[in-house]
Amino acid sequence: MTTVSLTVNGQSVTADVDPRTLLVQFLRENLRLTGTHVGCDTSQCGACVVHLNGQAVKSCTTLAVQANASVVTTIEGIAEGGDLHPMQAAFREHHGLQCGYCTPGMIMSAIDIVNRKGNALDEQTIRAELEGNLCRCTGYHNIVKAVAAGAQAMAQAPVQQAAE
Amino acid sequence: MTATGIGAPVRRKEDQRFVTGQGRYVDDFNRPGQAHAYFLRSPHAHAAIRSIDTGPATIMPGVIAVFTGDDLAADKIGGLICGWMIHSKDGSPMKAGPHPALAQGKVRYVGDHVAVVIAETLAQAKDAAEAIVVDYDVLPAVVDTAQATKASVQVHEVSPDNTVFNWHLGNKDETEAAFARAKHVTKIDLVNNRLVPNPIEPRAAVGEYDFGTDNYTLYTTSQNPHVARLVLSAFIGVAPEHKLRVIAPDVGGGFGSKIFIYAEETVCVWAAKKVKRPVKWTSDRSEAFLSDAHGRDHVTHAEMATDENGKIIGLRVHTTANLGAYLSTFSSSVPTYLYAPLLSGQYDIPAIYCEVDGVYTNTAPVDAYRGAGRPEATFVVERLVEKTARELGQNPAEFRRKNYITQFPHATPVIMTYDTGDYAASLDKALEIADYKNFQQRKQESARRGKLRGIGFSSYIEACGIAPSQAVGSLGAGVGLWESAEVRVNPTGSVEVLTGSHSHGQGHETTFAQLVSDRLGISIDQVSIVHGDTDKVQFGMGTYGSRSGAVGMSAIAKAIDKVIAKGKKVAAHVLEASEGDIEFKDGRFGVAGTDRSMAFGEIALQAYIAHKFSGQDLEPGLKEGAFYDPTNFTFPAGVHICEVEIDPDTGVTKIERWTAVDDFGVIINPMIVEGQVHGGIAQGVGQALLEGAFYDESGQLITASFNDYCMPRAIDLPSFQVGMTVTPCPSNPLGIKGCGEAGAIAAPPAVINAITDALGHEDIAMPATPQAVWRAAQKARMPMAAE
Repeated sequence: MTTVSLTVNGQSVTADVDPRTLLVQFLRENLRLTGTHVGCDTSQCGACVVHLNGQAVKSCTTLAVQANASVVTTIEGIAEGGDLHPMQAAFREHHGLQCGYCTPGMIMSAIDIVNRKGNALDEQTIRAELEGNLCRCTGYHNIVKAVAAGAQAMAQAPVQQAAE
Repeated sequence: MTATGIGAPVRRKEDQRFVTGQGRYVDDFNRPGQAHAYFLRSPHAHAAIRSIDTGPATIMPGVIAVFTGDDLAADKIGGLICGWMIHSKDGSPMKAGPHPALAQGKVRYVGDHVAVVIAETLAQAKDAAEAIVVDYDVLPAVVDTAQATKASVQVHEVSPDNTVFNWHLGNKDETEAAFARAKHVTKIDLVNNRLVPNPIEPRAAVGEYDFGTDNYTLYTTSQNPHVARLVLSAFIGVAPEHKLRVIAPDVGGGFGSKIFIYAEETVCVWAAKKVKRPVKWTSDRSEAFLSDAHGRDHVTHAEMATDENGKIIGLRVHTTANLGAYLSTFSSSVPTYLYAPLLSGQYDIPAIYCEVDGVYTNTAPVDAYRGAGRPEATFVVERLVEKTARELGQNPAEFRRKNYITQFPHATPVIMTYDTGDYAASLDKALEIADYKNFQQRKQESARRGKLRGIGFSSYIEACGIAPSQAVGSLGAGVGLWESAEVRVNPTGSVEVLTGSHSHGQGHETTFAQLVSDRLGISIDQVSIVHGDTDKVQFGMGTYGSRSGAVGMSAIAKAIDKVIAKGKKVAAHVLEASEGDIEFKDGRFGVAGTDRSMAFGEIALQAYIAHKFSGQDLEPGLKEGAFYDPTNFTFPAGVHICEVEIDPDTGVTKIERWTAVDDFGVIINPMIVEGQVHGGIAQGVGQALLEGAFYDESGQLITASFNDYCMPRAIDLPSFQVGMTVTPCPSNPLGIKGCGEAGAIAAPPAVINAITDALGHEDIAMPATPQAVWRAAQKARMPMAAE
């Protein structure tokens, strides 16, 4: 066993883990943050995307020990009190989800895209940037609309980005 | 239309939890004292098992138990079942080999279940599985669909030539006569490629046993938890039905693959009692590729006869359908009664004859995948119609229009009676949205850039709203396919609807609440939809075949009618009027011709307080149930138009435009319906361009991960232009036809018709990958050299 200490959604956590524990297992099993999902075993589907020190990572391909002394944000950590993050609100408003399983990873990736590419995103940029996230329900049509709208809304709500 | 009633694009109630990570899927459940299961799977496609030595595994760290097929047999646990009996042409029943949950003596496909290890942690279970010693006598495998009946390999003893059934539908003599007098006959050979459903949530199960009450609980990723309970109790014999609770909570997509009752959930429930611990299993994606039921996998030869006026007069089809190594739960129905009855398409075809050979191979079981038989039928019809139009030198849109059915009801030669539709209206609207009149201009513009542009049509029909119980019973279904609902009105006027339908992405919590809101005049916030728990909902047939609107909501509507009728009785007492004078309108019970009325919630309260009427004359309370059995299938239909541009130098096909015009009858929530269309198209485009499950000759699945099996990504797809036409369905009280599978049914022939139009020849198979399209484009450029 080895000890990891990190900050998850603003809370400090310390735990003894088997060294082979993946970050997603640590989040789901140790911290019971089950919003982060596992959809594959080859780092392809992106259902497990979280932010590690402000950048999107696939938590199924990250060891918990790699996140030691880091800041992790999950889908459970982006709403402000009762207010949805603008990207969460955009996914709901534009019907960017159906079964909801890929949704946390999609939203975390989408926020990362905005952080890297800015608030004015065209369709081709969004489609290309979503390469690492699979959705089987929506055909991506409404996800693309949601990301574009969420990106614009994030420009109006700088507080949300500062929270990370 | 009210803001939350029928027809309103209400934002989904369930989304609050999904966008905040608060959805509760099976793998999110952990039970106290839970152990973990890991299945040792066959690495061989076909082998006799000489011996299994579990000894070394049982002494590994953390191991609680290791079980094999012998342990299940010793406890008299039965095999998995196929619930639809198909009879061959000669009247003999289909040849179904045994399907044990854990192998007994033989393995029949890579991924077949050999043993299960139950340990304290999943890692320990996996480690121990590697220590199990299985002595295999490896046998040759049969993999190829078209060769299955000629192979020397025998998958099951019951079927020496690997034939499960030789089935047929239609009128052979009339069809032969039609071909004899045909002016023109168009022939086509088609492969409908094998697909892996791949909902993003993998399957999972948690089994639990309570020694105090003798009750079992199963949390499972199911589209139909009551059917799972019925099969697990009455057929497999894991637990008595009344002692087994099956919970299917939030489920992350199904597309058919979560209808079936698999080995893993069977073993988890059984093992929970054996090891006196809750037992959890979660599939990883690699396991899902190997052992989730696959879809499609047909090899077909089909011919279409036309007369001197260009009217279709006959269709004959021979299909070999790969059913895999075992018959999965509904597998036998998919290439038979969900397939051949749709071969008339939208066309008035007087004579049709279809033969289907269902075959065993050493591959994963094949069962219903989004569309289930209807995409395969539509691919045959729409490829043939397109090719016929080209051979006759006719415009493909106008050739379709000339052959459309225009009078309803219309009885086809393949047992269906279409109730309503207006196919020309959908075609006209689609041509307009697709800007068809300027296509040639766009084609020339592409040609100037060295690109090949093509346009493809798909005039699809499907049979949904599955299905009238007597009708499906006469066709071999083990159970009727009605649906149930219970509407519970609380004293405060809020409503709980218990439904036998199950939502795994369809948004029932919203659309079903819209129906209640519309009918009872209360806010959708006052309505809760309860589903997916056999302890709460008495019984139900579940969600598949685009049936939840047409059948599930009709049951709710029927129960609501009963609630209103009961409410009128209560109101008559409270308002001191005769029951016949009570009207229910806009959420109020009123006395006709007066201004005396009370809101729905007030009457609900009175029903429970029960002071204003005698409990002997009128029962207190307000709760009604209904079972709804549909009178017919429903027939959603529409026209999809795909426009592609091919780069002949790279073989890359880009979808430039997608037009979908669908007639789903009455629509409850257009936002959700359009979303269903988008998702269906994506899966159909995936089949046409990207996806294919391929086994090598030895039966190894060589497309067994997302690295190797090409799932559609955002960049592979365009935005879609979606339009609707509406002919209300006369076969259910809401006029709904269903929308869940349309896109997946319509899309593949639209894509291939567009590609073949661009290429100028018909020689391309699905998936039309860049490599395949590049080869086909070279052939188009240099026909002599390529041949």
